[in-house]
Amino acid sequence: MHLEEFAEGSSFLHGLDPRVKFVTFVPYVFTIALMHATNGPLTGLLISTLMIIFAGIGFRKLFSRLVIINTFVFVLWVFLPFSSPGQPVFSIFSLTATREGILYALSITLKANAIFLATIAILGTSGVTSLAHALVHLKIPDKLVHLFFFFYRYISVLHEEYRSLKNAMAIRSFRPGTNIHTYRTYGYLVGMLVVRSYERSQRIYKAMLCRGSNGKFHIMSHFRLKKGDLLFGLSMFVITFMIWFIDRYSLS
Amino acid sequence: MNQGETVIDIKNLGFSYPYGKKVFEGLNFSLKRGEMVGLTGANGAGKTTLFHLIMGLLKPDAGEIEIFGKARREEKDFMEVRRRVGLVFQDSDDQLFCPTVEEDIAFGPLNLGKSQEEAETIVRETCERLGLEGFERKVTHRLSGGEKRLVALATVAAMNPECFLLDEPVAGLDEATTDRFLRYLKEYGETYVIITHDHEFLKNAVDKVYMLKDSKIISL
Repeated sequence: MHLEEFAEGSSFLHGLDPRVKFVTFVPYVFTIALMHATNGPLTGLLISTLMIIFAGIGFRKLFSRLVIINTFVFVLWVFLPFSSPGQPVFSIFSLTATREGILYALSITLKANAIFLATIAILGTSGVTSLAHALVHLKIPDKLVHLFFFFYRYISVLHEEYRSLKNAMAIRSFRPGTNIHTYRTYGYLVGMLVVRSYERSQRIYKAMLCRGSNGKFHIMSHFRLKKGDLLFGLSMFVITFMIWFIDRYSLS
Repeated sequence: MNQGETVIDIKNLGFSYPYGKKVFEGLNFSLKRGEMVGLTGANGAGKTTLFHLIMGLLKPDAGEIEIFGKARREEKDFMEVRRRVGLVFQDSDDQLFCPTVEEDIAFGPLNLGKSQEEAETIVRETCERLGLEGFERKVTHRLSGGEKRLVALATVAAMNPECFLLDEPVAGLDEATTDRFLRYLKEYGETYVIITHDHEFLKNAVDKVYMLKDSKIISL
């Protein structure tokens, strides 16, 4: 399983200090998420797209993921325009779409895509390992970093186990259909995965005990801030402020 | 610590799993310093269970476990055992959980209270001894099966244990990797117990072979 598809590369964004990434990413994303109008999110979407281009990420790899995000967004377009009060634009049967409702749905669409693209461009371009390290350096509680890192470390092991179970089913000619046999088999598969992951977690815990673990997350490598990091951090803060400004003053 | 001193002494050990399976009843086992021992036995005979009992990961229902001349009963008794006895797990994915190789190797020494600099020196030395130079910054879960096994050994070796317990260390390894494993043990392992079904490996690695069968340890 390949979880770090976008982390391979040598662009400016790939080389940035992950600490700077977190420190700029969080305000950027929150600013976009908390906006009211559409101008701000639109600017955000443009900025995020620019970052994707800078990171040298191909559109083809992004496409399938964009489809997933926008499937959820599509559902909003079905309900929001008809359920918000305001100035009517058109009506189907007895349902009336309002200008406010459409703008609201549009705003959410822009926000979702802007945030998604920023996540890929900023966080996706670092390996999970360095992100975990950055979190430790930023004094995020050890327990949370452990949780985040273990999730990543063992999801591929779990996926491996899932694949081997699936292969075990396949070599005995299992073909899924719409019947009780299929449902039962999938039930067994999921049950087996739960049992196996529980047992693995016990073994990992024991292995940690054997090496005298006391619940601390030790880190060896340390990051060093470069000029580029500071430049990026500074420009991101300016951009974030700009987006906030545009959103705030185009509303009236 | 002298040659011939008893490292592990187990008397009348009884153990059953909570779900009812009885594994040991009246088991006796002892290991002296400087002994290199192989342990075989049918699947499910309790070889891994025995190792886990020695490390205090499982608690016996009956009997005495004496390690380095002291009876070990409670969790805190075993803290010292875990510092001085190194258990290498069967599945390296269970053992390697840190992001990078160097952090995984440093994990034990840092827990033992070593400083960052000391830990770095230990990482370097251990990697050299196992021919793992250049692996320090690699990401553990992307290693190959054989590399994982060597790094798992390195993580335990870094704690400089007086006795190694190795659970199927070379199962599925190619000849070259098996060889590296063996050479390390020969050179740096003074006292160890190896669980394996690989007779060829045993012939080269140990002086004595025991078989675990029906709660008895028989010398072969």
